[in-house]
Amino acid sequence: MSRQPYIRPVSKTTWYMRNGRYRKYMLREVTCLLVGVYCFLTIWVLAILASGSQEHWNAFLVSQQSPSVVAFHAIALIYFLVYQTFDWFKLAPKAMPVQLGEKKMPDRFIVIAHYAAWAVISLFVFWLAGVI
Amino acid sequence: MAIAKKAFVWGLFAAGGTLTAFVFPVLIALFLLVALGKVPEGLQFENIHAFATSWVGKTGLFIVISLSLWHAAHRLRVVFHDFGVRMDNLVANAVYLVALIGTVMTAFYLYKI
Repeated sequence: MSRQPYIRPVSKTTWYMRNGRYRKYMLREVTCLLVGVYCFLTIWVLAILASGSQEHWNAFLVSQQSPSVVAFHAIALIYFLVYQTFDWFKLAPKAMPVQLGEKKMPDRFIVIAHYAAWAVISLFVFWLAGVI
Repeated sequence: MAIAKKAFVWGLFAAGGTLTAFVFPVLIALFLLVALGKVPEGLQFENIHAFATSWVGKTGLFIVISLSLWHAAHRLRVVFHDFGVRMDNLVANAVYLVALIGTVMTAFYLYKI
C-alpha cells in the first residue's frame, strides 16, 4: 500500500448531485415519503369511518375541497406515476426475471404484463368506487 | 444483519413496493377527486362504510396499508443513509416503529368499524 493513499473526496450529503443517474435514483427513492403520507391519510379516513358518524365523514369530504389540496394530490399523482409506478415496472424484469427452460422471458413481455395488470386493478378500484 | 432476517425484510419491501406501484396511483386519484368536489358514489358514507365493514374490504385495506408502510419504512431507512445520516440503528428503530404504529392503528380502526 502506498504511504499516501489517494482518497477521493466524496460528499456524504450531496454525492448524488454529481451524476444524472444518481439524481434519478434519489428522486425515485424519496417516493417512500409519499407512500407514508398516503398511508396515514388513509388511516385518518379509517379513523373517521370508525367513529361511525356520517356528519364527520361529510365534514371531512368538504374539508378536502381546497385548491392547495388539489394541487398537492395532482403533483403527488404525477410524481408517483413517474418515479414509482413506471420505474418499478421498468425494473421488474431485472428484479424478477422469468426463466423459460434455457431462455428468459423477454423483458418487454414482463413490462407489458405489469401495465396490463395495473390497468385492470385501476379500473377495478374505479368501478368499486363508482367512478366508472 | 442475519441473512434470514434480511430476506424477510427485503421480501416485505418488494411486496410493498409492487403493491404501492399498482394501487397508489388510483388511491391518490380518489383523493384528488374528493378534493375537486367530485365525490364518487362509492365514497358516500353508506357505501365506503359498508366496504370498510366487509371482510373483503377490511382484509384488502389492512394488507395494502401495512405492506406499504413497511415498504416506505425500509426505503426511508436507506434514504437517510443516502443523505449522509450515519446512525442506522436509531433510524431503523424510528422508521420501523412508525410503520408498526401505523399498522396497529389500521388494525384498531378496522376492528372498530
